[in-house]
Amino acid sequence: MKLLIKNGVVIDPANKIEEKLDLLIVNNIISRKEKNIVDNQAKIIDAEGCIVTPGFIDMHTHLREPGFEYKETIETGSKAAAKGGFTTICCMPNTNPPIDNQAMVEFINMKSKQVGIVDVLPVGTITKAREGNELSPIGELVKAGAVAISDDGNCVANSEIMRRVLQYTQMFDIPVIDHCEDISLTSEGVMNEGYYSTLLGLKGIPAAAEEIMVARDILLAKDFGGRIHIAHISTEGSVEIIRWGKKVGVNVTAEVTPHHFTLDDSMLQTYDTNYKMKPPLRSKSDIKAIKKGLKDGIIDVIATDHAPHAELDKHVEFNIATDGIIGLETAFPLIITELVHTKVLNLQEAIAKITFNPAKILKLKKGSLSEGEVADIVISNIDKEVLITEDFFASRSTNSPFLGMKLKGSIEKVIKNGKIIYEEGGN
Amino acid sequence: MAFKHLIALQDISKEDILDILNLAKTFKEIILKPVKKVPTLKGKTVLNIFYEPSTRTRTSFELAAKRLSADVLNVAVSTSSVVKGETLIDTLRTIEAMQIDYVVIRHSISGVPLFLSKNIKSSIINAGDGMHEHPTQGLLDIFTIMEKKKKIEGLKVAIVGDIAHSRVARSNIWGLIKLGAKIRVVGPSTLIPKDIEKLGVEVFTDLKQGLKDVDVINILRIQLERQKKNLFPTIREYAMLFGINTEKLKYAKPDCMVMHPGPMNRGIEISPNVADGEKSVIEEQVTNGVAVRMAVLYLMGGGKKDEVIN
Repeated sequence: MKLLIKNGVVIDPANKIEEKLDLLIVNNIISRKEKNIVDNQAKIIDAEGCIVTPGFIDMHTHLREPGFEYKETIETGSKAAAKGGFTTICCMPNTNPPIDNQAMVEFINMKSKQVGIVDVLPVGTITKAREGNELSPIGELVKAGAVAISDDGNCVANSEIMRRVLQYTQMFDIPVIDHCEDISLTSEGVMNEGYYSTLLGLKGIPAAAEEIMVARDILLAKDFGGRIHIAHISTEGSVEIIRWGKKVGVNVTAEVTPHHFTLDDSMLQTYDTNYKMKPPLRSKSDIKAIKKGLKDGIIDVIATDHAPHAELDKHVEFNIATDGIIGLETAFPLIITELVHTKVLNLQEAIAKITFNPAKILKLKKGSLSEGEVADIVISNIDKEVLITEDFFASRSTNSPFLGMKLKGSIEKVIKNGKIIYEEGGN
Repeated sequence: MAFKHLIALQDISKEDILDILNLAKTFKEIILKPVKKVPTLKGKTVLNIFYEPSTRTRTSFELAAKRLSADVLNVAVSTSSVVKGETLIDTLRTIEAMQIDYVVIRHSISGVPLFLSKNIKSSIINAGDGMHEHPTQGLLDIFTIMEKKKKIEGLKVAIVGDIAHSRVARSNIWGLIKLGAKIRVVGPSTLIPKDIEKLGVEVFTDLKQGLKDVDVINILRIQLERQKKNLFPTIREYAMLFGINTEKLKYAKPDCMVMHPGPMNRGIEISPNVADGEKSVIEEQVTNGVAVRMAVLYLMGGGKKDEVIN
């Protein structure tokens, strides 16, 4: 079985390559990457006018299974991932029951293998039941296949526990992913605290609620070691604190979601709950700082925080609506439209943040188009428009503020392990 | 002018506000007569649905609707139906299926009236949503000021108290600014919401400075439970710093008027002799509330402002 991808522009940030090259895939491996490959036995894929990149890796996905299958399942989430160009996704442990023991990791692995569309890598919890009190059996989780740990949705409030986690995980060399939120400051807040929360009469969440915990985590990692990865940052202050952390040599990495560099808190004026998430959408100046942080490499990764919710979770009074939006299928067009076409990032920088950089943080042998690598490949057209409608989504949920928008950046073909798992316009 | 919903004074033009106020004047004349009823909304049904306790606003809307000859349905929703798991939209659609024309709603969550207006067919009147707006209170406050001062343009109005949590403050600010008043908000710095000065108001945390030369003082109710959230140390200290008594009233213009949307905490934000004193228009506000709400209901029914009486 051979595939030959011809005439595309290969973007391979790991090898600093950006040129028109052909890729020959033999079985499931990238066998050659050269100009003008001829192979009469190979099935030819014409990528003229397209870019050819490694399969995307999402460090932050909520698949909702088990416990909330009405929102998403491992199967529907995998399909959404494939459609969005993600060949590897890391699923967060806030399921019911949570992924806080070996059996749950094994369950996720078993289910995702049965589904067999993309690689689903479980993230285990930091503490039992994500309650912040007692450490999860981290060694067992890692042994079963967890690639990182996080209490996502909850911040680890207790600094002593965070210290111990950062120390303990050094034995396994995995990242600790923290959802940074000082819950005493968030209180009953439902949106960014600022002019628009005043206008709307909605309780605000100050930027400091996030920044205090970002600073705490970095200071703990500075003193005690470990690898801290800051999930979904949203404020200018967080960017600056992480900048400092990196400068003084702390092993800190960070991610941002596409919505946090695209949308701002003025958009909540319709009380549309598709703009409600944690962390909340911040101000235009925060967005500017985040874009600079992406350019400067302070923010290593773009992650979706794909958070499916059903209509009955979202079509309710603002304060009681659940937080979060789906993101797997809109991530690439948002990156292309908001960062690449606007020249915030060049293509190599942008693609690195959804391929090579997350692979490095998670220590995965993925995210590049080196010869000999497993063939996880995305062929996309960055100038082609996509219209975001409910039918556009393969996810079980459609809670997206991008509905109705036209964006540039179309995923044309997705190859996982040498097989085509998604084709635009196909089934 | 005719409008389908009344959600927020932020959305209403100066002209529409003036239309409502002018019409309210006519209705006030009517309700002061021995026969207080007009047939305008005969055959129409008004639902008063209150998800928060209220005496004044609910009865005011009820009377306003009845004096326009509408049928009125009062539903006080405790949290019980929330516990039963019925969604807000389902509750409202169920009642609406019994053929309702107007829904007057109060809810503790900001944005609920707007949310409803997008999901049910009836006309929605916001009777107070969370910390967002209370447009008919804003209108009746403006009406009361206009009645006493004969104008709004150029007046200095101080809104005193818990600005952060106050829907009355927000509706007053929007309405009064549109009519050319100069607004100051006065209160403890913990109860001044972020960036409020961007609305075009001046912020004072010192009562003496805040009341200097003002024509109108609108005193907000202080929710006693705010103290438990450490927004101020003690009720006693709040009263000391921001409670209005006859002494502190002297900071304002000699002919200033004193308002309060009620219910009052006598002895805390307002002393009894100020509440009952000659500068107080607090009872007038209540009377005017009915007239203003009649005007709102009337105009929402598509009525013309020139043909009120038969």
